[in-house]
Parts: sequence; C-alpha cells; structure tokens
Amino acid sequence: MEVLFRNVRELVERAERENKLISEVMIEQEILMSERSREEIMDQMSRNLKVMEEAVERGLKGVQSVTGLTGGDAVLLQKYIQSGKGLSGNLLLDAVSKAVATNEVNAAMGTICATPTAGSAGVVPGTLFAVKNKLNPTKEQMIRYLFTAGAFGFVVANNASISGAAGGCQAEVGSAAAMAAASIVEMAGGTPEQSSHAFAISLKNMLGLVCDPVAGLVEVPCVKRNAMGAANAMVAADMALAGVKSRIPTDEVIGAMFRIGQTMPVALKETAQGGLAATPTGKALEAKIFGGAVLHRD
Amino acid sequence: MKFTSVFDIIGPVMIGPSSSHTAGAARIGRVARDLFGRQPKWAKIYLYGSFAETYKGHGTDVAIIGGLLDYDTFDERIKTAFKDAADAGLTFEFITETDHTEHPNTARIVIGDENTEMSMVGISIGGGAIEITELNGFPLRLSGGMPAILVVHDDRAGCIANVANCLAKHNINIGHMEVSRKERGNMALMVIEVDQNIDQLILEEIERLPNITKVTRIKN
Repeated sequence: MEVLFRNVRELVERAERENKLISEVMIEQEILMSERSREEIMDQMSRNLKVMEEAVERGLKGVQSVTGLTGGDAVLLQKYIQSGKGLSGNLLLDAVSKAVATNEVNAAMGTICATPTAGSAGVVPGTLFAVKNKLNPTKEQMIRYLFTAGAFGFVVANNASISGAAGGCQAEVGSAAAMAAASIVEMAGGTPEQSSHAFAISLKNMLGLVCDPVAGLVEVPCVKRNAMGAANAMVAADMALAGVKSRIPTDEVIGAMFRIGQTMPVALKETAQGGLAATPTGKALEAKIFGGAVLHRD
Repeated sequence: MKFTSVFDIIGPVMIGPSSSHTAGAARIGRVARDLFGRQPKWAKIYLYGSFAETYKGHGTDVAIIGGLLDYDTFDERIKTAFKDAADAGLTFEFITETDHTEHPNTARIVIGDENTEMSMVGISIGGGAIEITELNGFPLRLSGGMPAILVVHDDRAGCIANVANCLAKHNINIGHMEVSRKERGNMALMVIEVDQNIDQLILEEIERLPNITKVTRIKN
C-alpha cells in the first residue's frame, strides 16, 4: 500500500520539502489510497463540515440529553460571552461553547461527525467555528482545516489509538485537541513544523487522561472534557505560533500516549468502573438511570 | 495500517453518542446482515468487554439491531430500531459475557432464519472503524470498509487459482486476500478484498467452480 507518510516526521518533512500545506499532503494521500478524484474527496469533507456546522448551531439553541445529565451549557456560555464578563478571552470561550454545543447534540443522540470519535467530536469543530470569526477563512481553508486535523489523527490512529476503550480519554479528547491545535496553526499561517509542535504541546498535556464516563454514558465528564480540549488546543496553537517548541519529538509523544494507554487499568478505559464513574454521585446517577429500567429512547 | 482513509478519522457522520459503541456497533450489525444476504428472523448477540459493561448507555443494542435492519451510521431510525425490528419480524436477545477478549469492544452475532444460521465476531477498533475477526468459526481479518467476497470451499489444491483466474478474467483487481481453515483437508474460507463492488453474475460463476460451497459478498 502506497502511503506518503506513516508518522508526523514524514508528514512534516514531505510538506516542507515540497513546499505544501499539511492538508495538501493529506488530500494527495487520500487520492492515492482511495483512487478517488480530488473533487470527490473535497466534496465528502465539505459535507462533513456542513454536518459539524449544523450540530454547532443546534447545540447553541439548547438541547437536552435523554437522561437529562447534559444539555444547555453551550447556551449558558454564549450568554456569558455576550455579558462581556469573560476573563479568558471571547475567542477561547467561543471555541469552548461550540465544542460543548457539539457534544451536547451528540449526547442527545443527534447527528454529528466523529472527529476522531463521537465522544471527542466537539473539539475540532468548536475551535474551527471560533477561529473562523477572527481569521475569516475561505470555505476551502475551512475544509483544509479538517484535512490537517485528519492527517495528524491518521498518524495517531495507526501508531497509537483513538479509542477510549483501548487508550483512555487521552486517545479521544487528547487526540482531538492536538489535531485541532495543528489545524489552527495552519489556518493562522504557521509552518508545518509549528503545526507539529502545537500538536505535541497539546497532547503532552492530555497524557494520562482516563476514560471514566458516569453510567457508561458519553455525557459526564465527556462534554466538559471537550470544553477543555478546545481550550487546550487554542493555547497550544498560540504557544507554537509564538515560537515555543516541544522538546520531545511529536512521534515520541504519540508513542508515549500509546504505552500509557496500554498500561492504564481497565477500570479507567470506558468500562464505567473507576474514576468519576465510581464516585458516590456517579454511582447514584447510574442507579437512577439504569435502576432496573432500560432507557426509553423514543 | 489499520486506518487507511482520512474519513476514518474525520467521520463517520453518525447518530450519537459513541463512535465505537454506536456507529461501530451499527456497522458490525450491518456487515452481519450483508454476509447473511437477507433480513434474519432471529438474532442472539453476545457482548464482551466494554461493550458488555456500557451497552445500555451507548445505544450499542439499538445500533446493532439497526445494522441488522440495514441502517447506516447516520440513519435516524437507529433510535427506533427495537420497534422497527418487531415490525419487521426480527426477534433478538442480548447476552453479556464476562470472558476476556483480545479487544475491549467485541460482539458475537448469531443470526438465522428457518433455512440457515450464521455466526460472526466483530470488533469496534475506534472512531467507528470495525474489523470482522471470525465467521462461522473461521478466523479472518476483514475491515468492512472495502468491498469483499467470502468464499467457503473444500481445502483442495487449485481452488484459490480457479477463483483468482475467474476474477482476473473479469478484470477485477485483488487488494488483499487471506485463506483460513479450521483443519487441513476440510473446509476453508477465502476472504478477498477487491477494488470495486462485484456483480452478482460473477459471484454465481465462482459458485459454480469445482469444490466451492458458498460465495457471499460485502458491498462498500
């Protein structure tokens, strides 16, 4: 099978050697591997972008999950931004609220685009639709944002894991935050190498993050982890654009994430047995939700 | 390379809440139905690992049944799959297992009707991507993301060459191929991933070759 890159080093080297964006290397590899036309591939990603946009809009209007555990926080955050009292900066809070919006829609069994998973689907679109207001990208640049995220995610999926059951939340929200950080850098005009540093800085700060959903539902703490994933991505991107570098090479950070996931206790890998799921309140919520009754899903 | 496409990462478009437990589960169910070749009348679904622990909250159960009804990952009808199954005459039960499996998200789906039954094991490897690891007792590795044909045949010399020649004659390129058997000289299974969906007539032609028992396909 012909691939243009197997790891981040090869991805960045190819982009810099051929004077191309990382998104372009990903698009070219997809053309090679799927034997589909550029137009088809761009169209499919454009449809994914539309799904993301609709999910953000729906979440910002306010949704509630079947269990009532999550919903409405995106609305609270938007109101707070509009009040002008925000301390951490409106763009950052906007990214956070849009990440939350997407995951609240996911928890309500709405339609989303997994990036790289459903549980972490908020971070990439949340950051995209927030930085969009500052960078004013073309539609093509917005689609490219997703290809850049996809290129880094592709490396993680093949060299580590993007599954909470296999690697904990570091593999899901961790991967998503790092992917978003790399994409923000490209959209802001940074170099492929800076994208790679943003990715590493972000993922380093997600290492060890466990997957411990209350009652096994993708709600608590997943929605708030997406919020922090978006915030982490924004700050990591800014650090890389400021010229800050990761001392540990990106591929080694990914390797570390993989090994941490392998040695992480099963109780902390999406089994709802440990962490927040095992707290008194977590257990009480689980009993309340599944206390002998099966969820009604109409 | 387990993941071959950027759309494994940015995608799938799906109904929430979980890519592994909802979208992956729907895909496992759908591949099972595809391999069975028609709507089954009954289904027994054994869940292992994280699937067994958390299936209720993730809609793993409705998603698998949705897949057996031929629903895609983004099909809103997944939410009403239980009711739809009753309307379609499909009875089912879920059994949670405590055995340790190699992958945390594993399901064994046994389906059938008055004529035949089939057993398949699928794993959900993350982001909605799946692999099929066993069919009717034969170990295999199938992504479900590419069109493929599965040929059950007698374990005799020449079978593989005959099938390959038939595909070559119709200008069909083989992307990946595996052969497995339970014991020497008995039954064997060929799994052939190809670049394009294969016409029914070609499947019938392969089925008429000597020592071939059954041919099924997975559409992309």
